[in-house]
Amino acid sequence: MGFPIRIPTLRGLTGVPSISRDEVAHLAKLARLAVTEDELDLFAGQLDVILQSVATVGDIATADIPPTSHAVPLTNVFREDVVRPSLGQQQALSGAPEAEDGRFRVPRILGEEA
Amino acid sequence: MTSLVELMDYDEVIEKYDPVLGLEVHVELHTNTKMFCGCANEFGGEPNTNTCPTCLGLPGSLPVVNGKAVESAIRIGLALNCEIAEWCRFARKNYFYPDMPKNFQTSQYDEPIAFNGWLDVTLDDGEVIRVEIERAHMEEDTGKSLHVGGATGRIHGAEHSLLDYNRAGVPLIEIVTKMIPGTGRRAPEVARAYVTALRDLLKALDVSDVRMDQGSLRCDANVSLSPKTTGALGTRTETKNVNSLRSVERAVRFEMTRQAAVLSSGGEVTQETRHFDESSGSTSPGRKKETAEDYRYFPEPDLVPIAPSREWVEQLRGTLPELPWERRARIQKEWNLTDEVLRDLVNANALDLIIATVEAGAKPDEARSWWVSYLAQQANTRGVDLPDLPITPAQVARVIELVNAGALTNKLAREAVNGVLAGEGSPDEVVEKRGLKVVSDDSALEKAVDEALAAQPDVAQKIRDGKVQAAGAIVGAVMKATKGQADAARVREIVLARCS
Ligand SMILES: [Zn+2]
Repeated sequence: MGFPIRIPTLRGLTGVPSISRDEVAHLAKLARLAVTEDELDLFAGQLDVILQSVATVGDIATADIPPTSHAVPLTNVFREDVVRPSLGQQQALSGAPEAEDGRFRVPRILGEEA
Repeated sequence: MTSLVELMDYDEVIEKYDPVLGLEVHVELHTNTKMFCGCANEFGGEPNTNTCPTCLGLPGSLPVVNGKAVESAIRIGLALNCEIAEWCRFARKNYFYPDMPKNFQTSQYDEPIAFNGWLDVTLDDGEVIRVEIERAHMEEDTGKSLHVGGATGRIHGAEHSLLDYNRAGVPLIEIVTKMIPGTGRRAPEVARAYVTALRDLLKALDVSDVRMDQGSLRCDANVSLSPKTTGALGTRTETKNVNSLRSVERAVRFEMTRQAAVLSSGGEVTQETRHFDESSGSTSPGRKKETAEDYRYFPEPDLVPIAPSREWVEQLRGTLPELPWERRARIQKEWNLTDEVLRDLVNANALDLIIATVEAGAKPDEARSWWVSYLAQQANTRGVDLPDLPITPAQVARVIELVNAGALTNKLAREAVNGVLAGEGSPDEVVEKRGLKVVSDDSALEKAVDEALAAQPDVAQKIRDGKVQAAGAIVGAVMKATKGQADAARVREIVLARCS
């Protein structure tokens, strides 16, 4: 089962670049990165090398080897439900570029969220 | 803005379409601390006072899971008849929006802690519908944004936003139903009844405040319409900001009539998030839905997996309290109530109050009588729900006790209750302050009776002539003279004795 991270390259190990320019552009948009047209080509190529390398690992792994998400084989690490001191408003806001009325002040949220 | 929206007549909607519901309920747990840090989990408070490096997403901070929250999640899953995962992980849901300072929300994705359950929901007429539960997963709440500069406080038109992260990281359980088809005309009612049943369940489990008005219980209603002619599944919308049980019903109904109008005019329903407006009862478009892939979920590397042992799960199963429907069934049997009476008590939100009053010492019929008559009238007059009346079951039980002890007449008891409702204190304090006391001193009553008889000699003569029903006038006069503080039955005895 595992996580459905759908990266095309992991499915087809053909050696042909399989992350498209459009996919890079979409990922850049999701990550709020301004990427130029030239960079799209550059990054598509570079990312493809990375994906190919990961795919090589995937090639070795067989069905009886579960995917690793954590390096340490631990489970159930819990904390007691006991309150610990917080930072306080002043300290919490001390690193903020802008604050107002005890709150973090951030630029208008982008039009796409409206 | 809503006047421009075309709506189809509800009967016509039902004639042409089958509604399909899906409900997502978010419930904030009332643990002492947040999900991944030791900051206090409190409603209200000065902004950003309950924050630390972890819930502010500062570099180098690491989350640690609140064990109590996991326990609550498992108990909720068990009460919803779910399977509990043997092993599951948290995941990062990545998005850029300032309500989460980390730029991701720690949630669960395809490995929820609980899945495949059901909840039986009782409708107003007593019909029971089984709602299948897809999953219940753990996540954290977001901060609160205040949009400044926009006219409505919504994002649209705002110049900037102000963020308070007190709520960021508060433990949240998201409970998702499977698609609920086949409810037809009753879809809005089913939606309300489901959220009501879930709220009662969560309350009984004592895991949350379940206050819709404060946002500790929130419902997103997914609605789509399937044309009866083709049976094809429709495109769904997700309505948010539904902040009361009544709104759940209204929002579903509105979406049904709106979508039907869109479809019948040849249009297409847009898959989107919609915003419910309490005052107009309508919904308006919000943002377009991202696809799950756009959130680029991946396993949270900073938190190790959760693997609840079967022993732990069974131990938690043992902590489940009597659940609302079990309680109702028991009470119905013990008090010998008909289905109809039980349903009326449940619909009036009276059952739990009556049970609590009985637990505080009253007899079931006495408790019932107070809550369904006098107190129900008071709630009605004030326009509040019965449970919101400012009187506790224990106080009602005390009033009943005073009546049974002969310290208050029924009339005085109502006055004592009025005093409690007016915020004058406990029943005993009201009795003291208002000087509410039954006049039980016979000599005082005899004196009052004699005065009344002397004032109405013709009535006195009638009584002496054997017209016993005429005594009522004298009793009334005595009650008036003693400001209702006399025991009417005793006064009547004295009147008859004096005239014999
Ligand atoms: Zn914190």
